[in-house]
Parts: sequence; structure tokens; C-alpha cells
Amino acid sequence: MTRLLAALVFTALSGTVLAADAESVLRQSHPRATPEEWRTRLEQDRVQALCSRYRNRPPAGVAEEIAKSESESFRYPESGRLMGDWRAGEKLAGIGTGGHIGRIQPDPPGRRKGGNCYACHVLAPTEVSAGNLGPILTGYGNRHGHSPEAQRYTYRKIFNPQAYFPCTSMPRFGHNGWLTPEEIADAVAFLLDPESPVNR
Amino acid sequence: MAVAAALSGLALALPSSVTGQERSASEEIARYRQMLEDDNPAELTELKGAELWQTARGPRNVSLERCDLGQGPGVVEGAYAALPRYFADTDRIEDAESRIVTCMVELQGFSRQEAQEGWYRAGSDVEALVTFVAGQSRGRRIEAAATHPREAELLAIGEELFFRRSGPLDFACATCHAQDDRRIRLQELPNFTDAASARVSMTVWPAYRVSQSAVWTMERRLVDCIRQMRHPEPEFASEAVIALELYLQHQANGGVMQAPGIKR
Repeated sequence: MTRLLAALVFTALSGTVLAADAESVLRQSHPRATPEEWRTRLEQDRVQALCSRYRNRPPAGVAEEIAKSESESFRYPESGRLMGDWRAGEKLAGIGTGGHIGRIQPDPPGRRKGGNCYACHVLAPTEVSAGNLGPILTGYGNRHGHSPEAQRYTYRKIFNPQAYFPCTSMPRFGHNGWLTPEEIADAVAFLLDPESPVNR
Repeated sequence: MAVAAALSGLALALPSSVTGQERSASEEIARYRQMLEDDNPAELTELKGAELWQTARGPRNVSLERCDLGQGPGVVEGAYAALPRYFADTDRIEDAESRIVTCMVELQGFSRQEAQEGWYRAGSDVEALVTFVAGQSRGRRIEAAATHPREAELLAIGEELFFRRSGPLDFACATCHAQDDRRIRLQELPNFTDAASARVSMTVWPAYRVSQSAVWTMERRLVDCIRQMRHPEPEFASEAVIALELYLQHQANGGVMQAPGIKR
């Protein structure tokens, strides 16, 4: 029992030491990163740190804690409309540029950041160049309808998917400020609107 | 596919047109690769690297032929397959890129800055020299032994960094490269947590990238991956980059080197 405890303590400690070593290596490898780049791009928030530590398979208690904290992050469009313009949403789904930094190939300042949904999801069946890191979303609106509940659920899932799936691969588009609430509402329309090619 | 969808309670199957078109896209790329295999533009880069290696250059006007890449001074054959490794003279773990720069500094008298100038540009000296050195390991098995304590330590750090999520998209290398048979759009992604998949990928770098019309070294490839994750660029030959390379090469141990390869 004592030996087991000692082993457990050692494992926990070596994990902590290793993480600290990795942090210091990372810091030394980016001597030119600005404080703002550090804060927004390299330093981890609590959720990122937990998901890294558990390699995206958090134990039940940790998953619960993440779902709870992330459920408090939602912000909505000022108009209150959670379903915007599906055409704008479709456009957003195909844009994979924006937000690149560095000296070699940065994006020009102000370049629009897309949602790049097609990188990971099949959406409109006519777009064959679609990735498979996430589930197939063709016909999503036909399955969910577009009731206020369906709109709110879909909006929240794009705004912060970790509220529903702790440590999912999907970015927290709204929480991280990558997309605006209005852009997320357009993506909701692309998924739910009966006229959208996703549902036709 | 339809059976699986029905079982999981989804009234939805991938339209057959998609699978058909997808398959043909992959097949096309495979055919294209095969076509180019006998005539890889990287061969020119390799030749250029061989010439740079043998030419007396720098303030001291000597060649790189006495460079020690880890197998002893002047031994190039098989060296790439055993990198990154610990070097006592610099007291660092070095990969092919950083070790070649070290030799340019120590043997030829270049400043470090001169030696790595524009390393990321198509046609750089670093690109050519690394391609030449990698070519001298063709047919050799990758053996990133990581037996030295410093190597073992950096290997563990590399693995830690591979799973480390950060930034505006919450991405880590593992987000895309820890599962089988995944794609971004139609681009297939290696699963570096799986030895077989890691070997398929790591044995062909450096590679001629058709989309870039340039040979990319592993460092160049990693820095672009990191850029795509929207993270800041790590420094050339920095410890974080070499830690990741060590982890990836170690995952691919036993794979037979075929570099330079051809990539999208």
C-alpha cells in the first residue's frame, strides 16, 4: 500500500516536473513572441491545460468541471437572433484563412477569419472536398428542425463545444473570439435553414 | 457504411458520389506521386547539396567533408537516420538542420546568422544540404535511439508538446495527428501515435512539395504546421522544434528512409 502510494506520488510528481520542463523549453524556443502573442496563443487556459494533461480523455469529475465552467461562457448576438443568413454561413464554412502570424507567411492584418467548417465536416453534399475529423452534418437541419431550442443548442455548440463535449477537438469559436456571435448565427442558419444546401 | 449509420441510429449515409469522388481524388494523387517518383525535382536539390558539401567555402575556405553528423567526422552515410541526437561538443541535442549549421560555423567559419540565413526559403543552402544528407540515409532504418539521458528527457518533452493545446483554436499536434484515417478536406493525416503511420510519413522527409515547388525539410514542415495552428513561429533549431522531431522520429523507429520524397 505504502509502495503503491509512493509510486502514485512519484508518477504525479514526474508528470508535473515534465510539464514544467516542457513549458520552459517552449518559452526558450519563442524568444521573439510578444507578450500579447504569449497570452493569446501559447499560454494555456485551465481547459486547455486539463485537456492536454488528460490527452483529451478527462476523467468524469474533470469532464463535469469543464462542462460546467464552459456553460457559463455563452454570449449571444445583440439582435437576439440566433439564426442568421445561411448564405453568409456557407461562405464562412469554406474560408480557411485568417489569423496566421509569424515572419514566414502571416496573413495581412484585418484578413477575415473563417470558420473553415469543411476542413473537418461534410456539410452540403455537393461539396466533396470535406474532411472527416468531425461528424457528417449533411441533413442536420432535417433531423433537428429549427425550433428556438434547436437554434439555441446549435448556436451554443459552435460557440463553445466543450460545454457539451469536454476536450473535443473542435475549437471554441465564440469563447475564443475567433468568430463573432453574428457569424455563429450565420453558421447556425447554414446548418438549420430548410433552404440551406445542407438540408436539400 | 449504410449499415454502420443505421446501427448508430442515424438516418444518414454518406452519399455514394462523395465516397466515389474521394477515392478517385486519393487515387489521382497516388498516381501523380508514382509518376513523379522516377523524376523527383528534389534530386536536383540533393545534387546541389552534394556540391555545397564538397565545395571549399566560408571565411576558412574549407568544405564540410570533415563534418561530424554523429557517426564520426566525414561519415554522412546513415547519419540522418540516427538524428536528432546528443552531441557532446555543443552539449545539445541536434537535428540535421542544426548540426549542419554547427559544422558551417565550426569548420567553415561562418557566423551562425550567415549559416542559417533564409533557411525557410526555397533554394536555401540549409534546404539543399539537409536534402543531400538525408539522401545518404536512403535504405537505412530510422534509429532515434534516445538512450542518452538528455535525449530521453527531450523525447518526453517532445511528446508532452505534441499533446499541448493552446491558442485561439485550442489546437495541439494531436488534434489532427492522433487518430487513424483522418483528413483535413481531402488531405490524409498521418497518425503519429501509431508506429506504422508515423513510418509512412517520416521516411520521406525532406520532401518535394508540389504545392510549394520546393523541397521542405522536417523543420520547415513543422514550422508551417505550427503556423497553421495559429501559434507563433518557434525559432529555427530551437529546443521545442527538435523535441517534436525527436518524438516523431522515435515514433517512426524501424522505418526505412526513402527521402527525399514527394508530397502534395
